[in-house]
Amino acid sequence: MTHRIDFQTDPSRYRHWRVEYEGEIANLYMDVDEQGGLFPGYELKLNSYDLGVDIELADVVQRMRFEHPEVKVVVMQSAKDRVFCAGANIRMLGGASHAHKVNFCKFTNETRNTFEAAEADSGQKYIAAVKGACAGGGYELALACNYIMLTNDSSSSVALPEVPLLAVLPGTGGLTRVTDKRKVRRDLADVFCSVEEGVKGQRAVDWRLVDEIAPNSKFDEVVQERAREFAAASAKPTGLTGIELTPLDRRFDEDGSVTYSTVEVAIDRAGGRATLTITGPSDPAPASVAELQEQGAQAWILRAARELDDAILHLRLNERQIGTLVFKTQGDPTAVLAHESLLLANRDNWLANEILHYWKRVLKRVDMTSRSLVAIVEHGSCFAGPLAELLWAVDRSYMMLDEFEGDNRPLATVTLSEGNFGPYPMGNDLTRLQTRFLGTPETVDTLRGHVGEALEASEAEQLGLVTYAYDDIDWEDEVRIFLEERASFSPDAMTGMEANLRFAGPETMETRIFGRLTAWQNWIFQRPNAVGPDGALQRYGTGVRGDYNMERV
Amino acid sequence: MLDLINVSYDTQIPNNVGLSQDKKVLKALEKWHPGYINWWNDLIPQNFQQSMVYLRTAVSVDPKGWAKFDYVKMPEYRWGVLLAPQVENRTIPCGEHYGQPAWQEVPGEYRNLLKRLIVIQGDTEPASVEQQRLLALTAPSLYDMRNLFQVNVEEGRHLWAMVYLLHKYFGRDGREEADDLLRRQSGSEEAPRMLGAFNEETPDWLSFFMFTYFTDRDGKMQLESLAQSGFDPLSRTCRFMLTEEAHHMFVGETGVGRTIERTCQVMKENGIDDPFDVDRIRGLGVIDLPLIQKKLNLHYTLSLDLFGQEVSTNAANAFNAGIKGRYMEARITDDHQLQSDTYVVWDLVDGKAVQKEVPALTAINMRLRDDYTKDAAGGVGRWNKIIEKYGIDFEFKLPHEAFHRKIGVFANLPFDPEGKVVTGAEYDKGLPEWLPTHADGDYIQSLMKPCYEAGQYARWIAPPKVGIDNKPGDFEYVKLHMA
Repeated sequence: MTHRIDFQTDPSRYRHWRVEYEGEIANLYMDVDEQGGLFPGYELKLNSYDLGVDIELADVVQRMRFEHPEVKVVVMQSAKDRVFCAGANIRMLGGASHAHKVNFCKFTNETRNTFEAAEADSGQKYIAAVKGACAGGGYELALACNYIMLTNDSSSSVALPEVPLLAVLPGTGGLTRVTDKRKVRRDLADVFCSVEEGVKGQRAVDWRLVDEIAPNSKFDEVVQERAREFAAASAKPTGLTGIELTPLDRRFDEDGSVTYSTVEVAIDRAGGRATLTITGPSDPAPASVAELQEQGAQAWILRAARELDDAILHLRLNERQIGTLVFKTQGDPTAVLAHESLLLANRDNWLANEILHYWKRVLKRVDMTSRSLVAIVEHGSCFAGPLAELLWAVDRSYMMLDEFEGDNRPLATVTLSEGNFGPYPMGNDLTRLQTRFLGTPETVDTLRGHVGEALEASEAEQLGLVTYAYDDIDWEDEVRIFLEERASFSPDAMTGMEANLRFAGPETMETRIFGRLTAWQNWIFQRPNAVGPDGALQRYGTGVRGDYNMERV
Repeated sequence: MLDLINVSYDTQIPNNVGLSQDKKVLKALEKWHPGYINWWNDLIPQNFQQSMVYLRTAVSVDPKGWAKFDYVKMPEYRWGVLLAPQVENRTIPCGEHYGQPAWQEVPGEYRNLLKRLIVIQGDTEPASVEQQRLLALTAPSLYDMRNLFQVNVEEGRHLWAMVYLLHKYFGRDGREEADDLLRRQSGSEEAPRMLGAFNEETPDWLSFFMFTYFTDRDGKMQLESLAQSGFDPLSRTCRFMLTEEAHHMFVGETGVGRTIERTCQVMKENGIDDPFDVDRIRGLGVIDLPLIQKKLNLHYTLSLDLFGQEVSTNAANAFNAGIKGRYMEARITDDHQLQSDTYVVWDLVDGKAVQKEVPALTAINMRLRDDYTKDAAGGVGRWNKIIEKYGIDFEFKLPHEAFHRKIGVFANLPFDPEGKVVTGAEYDKGLPEWLPTHADGDYIQSLMKPCYEAGQYARWIAPPKVGIDNKPGDFEYVKLHMA
């Protein structure tokens, strides 16, 4: 591998962000290092960003929640003069492969969703304090905050200039948040998205593009005042102490396999697939939340989530030829349930709450992964509670039925918990079970009656929890044939088909953001008007305009 | 029939654009007018507002006789809207629309780009008046005070010119932008001017002369390139503004020249040959040549920053769109499209300044900056002639463009005025010899005493060779109102 993109970082390694913690308020400064691009060939001028900048932001947001639960308000601002953020770096986009652009957009969207949800999930409210130019991805950063303040200096503005400037769309939920979150009238939104220089001052408030403007000379003061007010109004308990997110125990091997403490990734290049095996807990669950806090990042249930998260991101960005991800587990299902039940019983404890929300995000990350996903439920596996969610996140699941010759592991089971009925909703705000049984909602009620039962293959299949259960005779061939067939299909058709089938049910802002990104932006990103040699994205910076084919498609 | 040469005074706003028949724009401008007058009245100290100043007022756009001179109180100055005469069958001089008829209306696709250019240009015009608002208090003569006010009222008129374009061609957005031009203020914390250099105060008269020589010359180059615009009303506006701008350069060049002249005279009178005998020279109440070189270094490099990044997308877009040309575009013999040409710009490779070729379109800023440097060198040569005349061994030089930069590839790097990279220690050591120190500033400030007697001049500056409008040496250019 030429250059592995690493999603792990920590504050000592940040090049683009810094945080000043002042009790309940954290001031988060964007100060992008021009020379700190992830790849050569572009400079990150004017606080423009690439994936590397966003990886740091994701780390900031994550640590804010786990390491700094005392924080109630985060003020996102620029450390640079006269610019908040110029958005995604255009030369980076112009030079990037389609796959990289799409993965970049997906990750940045996941990061935006994460800090946007921080208020509801963790009582951490994000304020965007905008001074200077705030354009494109810069405004999308602000849009994902819970409150936007703009200085009224008669030149600072918010803008989505992608269409007039680059012939692409805002790729991080900009259009959707403008209409669905901020509820900007559609004709005004149309004007806003067509003018390069954006909207400033009172009009930005009138059009609902920002929440508040403040005089420039008092701006910083008003922002801090607002931060204090929000902190005072917060229902979140005061004086919480965080845990440290210590570095992951992780090893990469020559053949591409990755070994974590509880997750293992094995790569089969010829077969185009990766197998992720999650090992259940080897230690008993912490007896109390105090013990959980004591264990901190070493607690199995948090460790497993962090490792799975990192593994998924690694595979998405660094293993793009691997079309199928196979999920397996090994361990004691009752132990998994014990670890989860401590969290479920203590949802009012900040750390239990954070870990549950983190599992929610990791599982959504799995939902959003555009690879063929399959779960293999073998003997000795522990698909229970949060791990059982994987069965309904994947496109298909195969389960071992009855005893296999020469296999003395405990019979394969699936065990439901209360966790499967609420805390880990999908982007559509339904549980995976609700989404799975959209046509027979009563099935979900029936299933709830089986909470805690170790369901063996025939019953699991009958209840619709797995796709197929095969015995010793059929197992090997059926699984092999499925995997081989899957690997033979067009990856584009697979991505499209799977994404269509995964997200049944109602739309939410989140599903709309991803759906529209997939449908429109990724289409535009393929079209010559944007990315052809004479397209706007390629020509950006040369002074020559994009040469458009005017045919409407 | 519209008279497009002579200025019409039949509306409150003198103009040669037929305002009296363009009710819509007239109404908009009349609405803007009171705000402008308030801005002006709040700006310059009242006793000067009430003084009678011998100013020229444009009465025609005929190059042979376009202005008349008379006493006027500044708030009553007839700021007007004046466009150079339309050239028949003018075509777009550059970019992808090269050769097509020039636009008489704003092309929709370039509306925002054009508006932004006009707003940025417009923002600098009142900014310089704001920067210079207190200088009259220390004017070295009534002649110089009059020149200051002339520059000020003409910068005010240039604002009018830009506001006219915004009102006439950019609808409601344009009117809002015109209002914001009065809202922003140089150095204001509330709403600063758009370009950094225009938020610095002009603290003394030598700075004023340097500013009008170097910074207004950047303005001249910008106007020159906007005068090449395919949008004809902008081109015509800027062409006329250039006739006024020439006076500003004149004020700068002769102001610095007269300062040099006086220093040389006093040195000779007192038998000082060594221009670096700073203490003795300052003891005589004139400004030593090394300090003038330091001021030159400062203002030249600040002005270079106004040209922006070496490689610029915005400049490339504007040129290719045909809304901003190069200096003397019509005299350049190439295809005026530059889609496959290159241009040599400075770049930084391994910490050294090197020259490299880049696509010419992206180097439009640099080309204009190079033309600026050539243009600026002319006056420096003439200043050196003055020193030569007195037989003093000293020569002014424009510093290397890598020195003391805040924008572009050389920004914040330790280059000396020769363009050589030096160590941090060497840079710190050299700085007091390269740029004015606070002590230098104190010294210049100590000389800034007003001299309000007609025909009299502060000790540090020589009288002009000829008067304005050929007036005699003791002419009272400003009849001061002493309240």
